[in-house]
Amino acid sequence: MIAPVALCHRLKTGCQVDDLIAEFLTETAESLEVVDSELVRFEANPNERKTLDNIFRLVHTIKGTCGFLGLGRLEAVAHAGETLLGRFRDGKLEVTPTAVTLVLHSIDRIKVILAGLESTGLEPDGSDEDLIEQLEAMADGREVAIDAVKAVTVPDRPIAADAEDVVIPEVKPELERTLRPGEVSLEELEAAFMAAEAPDWMNEPVVEEAVAAVAEPVVPAAPSPAANNELNTSLAALSNLAGGGEEGGGITTTQSIRVSVDVLEGLMTLVSEMVLTRNQLLQISRTREDSAFATPLQRLSTLTGELQDSVMKTRMQPIGAAWKKLPRLVRDLSHELGKKIDLVMDGEGTELDRQVLELIRDPLTHMVRNSADHGLESTEERIKLGKPANGTVKLAAFHEGGYIVIRISDNGRGLNTTRIREKVIEKGLASRNEVENMSDQQIHRYIFAPGFSTASAVTNLSGRGVGMDVVRTNIEQIGGQIDLNSVTGQGTTFTIKIPLTLAIVSALIVGAGGQKFAVPQTSVMELVRTGANAEHKIERIEQSLVLRLRDKLLPLVQLSPTLKLGEYDQDETAFVMVIQVGERRYGLVVNDVLDTEEIVVKPLAGILRDVQSFSGATILGDGSVVLILDPNALSEHAGNIMDDKTSEAVEDAHSEAMGQKVAMLLFRAGGGAPKAVELEHITRLEHIESDKIERMDGRAALQYRGRLMPIVNVVDGNGLKENDIQPLLVFTGEGYAMGLAVDEIVDVVEDYLNIELSADHHGVRGTAVVAGRACEILDVEHYQLRGLAEHHRRDHASDLQTVAA
Amino acid sequence: MSIRDYVTLRVGGQLFGVDAARVHDVFHPRGLTPVPLSRPEIAGVLNLRGRIVTAVCARQRLALPPREADAPEPLAIGLEVQGDSYGLIIDSVDEVLKLDDERFHAPPGNLPPRWADIIVGVYQLEKELLIVLDPHTLLDAAHLKAA
Repeated sequence: MIAPVALCHRLKTGCQVDDLIAEFLTETAESLEVVDSELVRFEANPNERKTLDNIFRLVHTIKGTCGFLGLGRLEAVAHAGETLLGRFRDGKLEVTPTAVTLVLHSIDRIKVILAGLESTGLEPDGSDEDLIEQLEAMADGREVAIDAVKAVTVPDRPIAADAEDVVIPEVKPELERTLRPGEVSLEELEAAFMAAEAPDWMNEPVVEEAVAAVAEPVVPAAPSPAANNELNTSLAALSNLAGGGEEGGGITTTQSIRVSVDVLEGLMTLVSEMVLTRNQLLQISRTREDSAFATPLQRLSTLTGELQDSVMKTRMQPIGAAWKKLPRLVRDLSHELGKKIDLVMDGEGTELDRQVLELIRDPLTHMVRNSADHGLESTEERIKLGKPANGTVKLAAFHEGGYIVIRISDNGRGLNTTRIREKVIEKGLASRNEVENMSDQQIHRYIFAPGFSTASAVTNLSGRGVGMDVVRTNIEQIGGQIDLNSVTGQGTTFTIKIPLTLAIVSALIVGAGGQKFAVPQTSVMELVRTGANAEHKIERIEQSLVLRLRDKLLPLVQLSPTLKLGEYDQDETAFVMVIQVGERRYGLVVNDVLDTEEIVVKPLAGILRDVQSFSGATILGDGSVVLILDPNALSEHAGNIMDDKTSEAVEDAHSEAMGQKVAMLLFRAGGGAPKAVELEHITRLEHIESDKIERMDGRAALQYRGRLMPIVNVVDGNGLKENDIQPLLVFTGEGYAMGLAVDEIVDVVEDYLNIELSADHHGVRGTAVVAGRACEILDVEHYQLRGLAEHHRRDHASDLQTVAA
Repeated sequence: MSIRDYVTLRVGGQLFGVDAARVHDVFHPRGLTPVPLSRPEIAGVLNLRGRIVTAVCARQRLALPPREADAPEPLAIGLEVQGDSYGLIIDSVDEVLKLDDERFHAPPGNLPPRWADIIVGVYQLEKELLIVLDPHTLLDAAHLKAA
C-alpha cells in the first residue's frame, strides 16, 4: 500500500504528481460508483453492517486522499458525509430515507467537484455550506428539510483519467483554519490513516511486481469494478496478493494491472490483421501440396487463433459495468414518483466486448427508466389490484450462442394495446383495416416504429414508447435485435440480443449478380437449394416471390435485383438463405454459396454510409474485398409479406388430424368478415387503374392480355372503385379468363382449411377460421361459372344481374 | 511568403494539385469490388496492403466525360479523410511542385457549383492554371450529397 509519508514525498518531486491526480480521479470515480449502489443496498437493509463499513471506508478514503492533495472543497464535503455515516455506524442515528438521500446528495456534489477538477485541474468555485450544514445537522440528530438541499445534476461520465489535462493545485499540508465538528488534527488523521486498512485498490503490488507479471499469459478478467476508461486485465500468475481489504469483503479481488484502452485497441487491430494474413497464407498453402511450410503454418494458424481469443478476452467486461448506475437511478425514481420499486439484477457477471458494452449503456438505462416510470403502476394502484405493493424491475443477462441476451422486465400494467392501436391509425403508420387484423404483439411492436413516439405520446401513452425507436436503432446498429412481450396487467418484457463482439464474425461467402458478398452466419438459419431439378421451388404471388418450406410460406428477397445487379432467372439453380431478424423470417435468394470464412469487420468509409444494404467490408483470404450484407436492412424488402409468429401459434394449436395445410389468400370485399380463397385457384393478382375498366350494358370488362376479360364483383351491388387502383383476382380456365373485383388484398397465409359453418348464400362455401380469424371461404366454382357465362355472353339472367355497373 | 509542396495530377486534360502532405500513396487501382446502390462517383473498394480503400472516380466527381477506351491505365492517389482511406482515381500524376503563396489566387466566382465547392484556389503557372483541390470536400459524404 502507498503510505501517506511516501505520498507526501512524491508530491514534492512534482513530475509524478500529474499521474497521482489522474489516478486519484479514476479510482475515486470507481469508488463513487460503488458507494452509489452500496448506499441503495444499505437503505434497504440498514442493519447490514458490512455494507455500511464498505461505504464508510470508501468515503473515508476519498476524504483522506483529498486532504493530501489539497482539495479543500472535496475534503470538507466528504468529511461531513463521513461524520454522518459514522453516526450510523455507531448506532447513534437511525437510518432514514431522508438521511440516505442527503448522503447521496453529497456524493453527487463530490462528483460535480471532481468533474470540474478533471476539466480545469482546479476545484471549481462554489460553496458547499448548505450541504455541509444539512449533513452536520443530521449528524447532530436535528430535523432536516431535505428539499432545502438542491440536487445537482451530475455529468454522465464525470471522470476520465486524462493525465495531461490535469494541473496540480498547490499543496498546503498545514491546516490554515479551525477544526470542523468531528474533525481531528492532521497528525491524528495521518496516524489513523497509517493504521487504517486500505481498500482493495490501494493494495496493488508495487510497480516492479506488476511489470514482471506482464510477461505472463493474459487470462479473462474476473468481474471487477472496472474503470470508465480503463480495463482491468487480470493476471493468472499473481493470484490474490491483495488479500481482499476488509475481512470477508463482498468483492472478490483478482490481481490486475491497469492497461490503457488504446493499447488494447491497438493489440486488437494487430491481431485482426494477423488473422487476415494467416488466412491468406492458408489460402496459398492449400494450392500447393507437400509444402514444407504446411506443418509450421498449421501451428502458426492455431497460435493465431489462440492469441485472437486471448486478446478478445481482454476486451471483455462484465455487463454489470453498464448496470452500476441503475440501482441509484431506480432508487431516485422510486422517491420521485412515490412508488416502491425493487430492482433485481441477474447475471451481472456475463461478459461482452467493451465496445458493445459502451454502445448499449444508454439504451439500457433508458429502458429501465421507462419500465420503472411507466411500466409499473403506483403503489396504491398495485395494492388495489391485489398485486404486491413493491413493483419489480428485473434485469437479466446470459449468453446464448455467440450472443448475449438481456431481458428487462417489469411486473406492471403492460402495454395499452387499445391506445397504441389508436395511435398507429392516427399517425398513419397503418390503416384501420391492417390494424384490425394484427395480433396484440404486432401492435405492441409499433412502439419501436420511427415517428410513433412524439411529445404528445408522452401523455397519451403514459410515455411508454418514448424514444424506443432510437433504442431500436442503436441496438440494430450493432447487429442486435430487440423485441417485446407484454401481457395486460402482468407486465412487459423487452428482450435484447446482441453479438458478443463486433470485431470478428464468421460469415458465409455468397455469389449474386457475378459478385461476392459476405453474410454474417449468426443470422442465417438454414440454406435451401432451389431450381428446376431441386426439391424446392420458388413460386410467385403477384410480384412477390415465396418459397414453400415445411408447409409455411417464406417471403423471399432476391439479392441481385435488390442490389440492381440483374434479374433472376426462375429456373436457374439458386440458394435460399433462411434469415431470421427478430421475429421476422425471410429468404434471401443468391446464385451461389461459396465458402465460410472468419472475417474481420471493417466499417465502410463515410462516403458509403448512406448505402443501407451493407454493414461493412472485409478482406478475404484471397486478398479481395467483399461487402458484408446487412440482413436487417435487407429485411425491409421482405416487409410486404410479414411472417407472423401469432399465426404460427394458431397453426400449431390445430392438430395434424385436420389434414393438409393450404395456402390461402385473404381479402376483403363488401364489408363483413374477411374472405379467403385457396391460392391454387388464382392465376394472378392484378392491380388495375379503375379507369381502364370498360363498362358496357351494365357489365364491366378489361382489356387484358389482348382479350376482353369480364370483371365480376364478389358481393352483389358492391360497386367498383372510382379513380383508384382496383385489385383483381384473375382466374383462368380453358380458353377463358375472368377478374374478380375485391376491395383489398389482406394477406397470404397457410392454414388448415376446416369449414365449420355452411353458407347461406351463393358464392360462399362456408366460414372457417384462417390464421385466427373467421373468414368466408369463396366458392370459386360459382364465380368461374359466372365468368364463363360472361365470356360466352350467354344470357344467364339471374347470374348476370350481379355484374357490377 | 511561404512555399508549399503540391502533387500535381491530370484529370480530363486539366492540371490539378493536392497538398503533398495529404497524399499518402500513388497506386494503380486494381481489384476493385463495386459497391451496389452507391453513388456513381464510387468506383468501388479495394485492398491496398491490408487496408480497405474506397476508390472515388475524379472524372465522375468533377462531372467530366468518362475516360476513353484506349486511355492508359489510370492511377489513384491515397488520401485520408476523417479517418477513412480513399483513393482518388485520376488519369496521371505529374511532378511535385514547390509553389509560392504569392502566386495563389482564390477560385474565380464563375465556377460551376460542383467545382466551386471542392476547389481551394488557383495557381497561375507559366503555361497553364493549376487548380488546387480540397480532399476533404472532395470526398466528404455531406458535400457529395450536396453536389
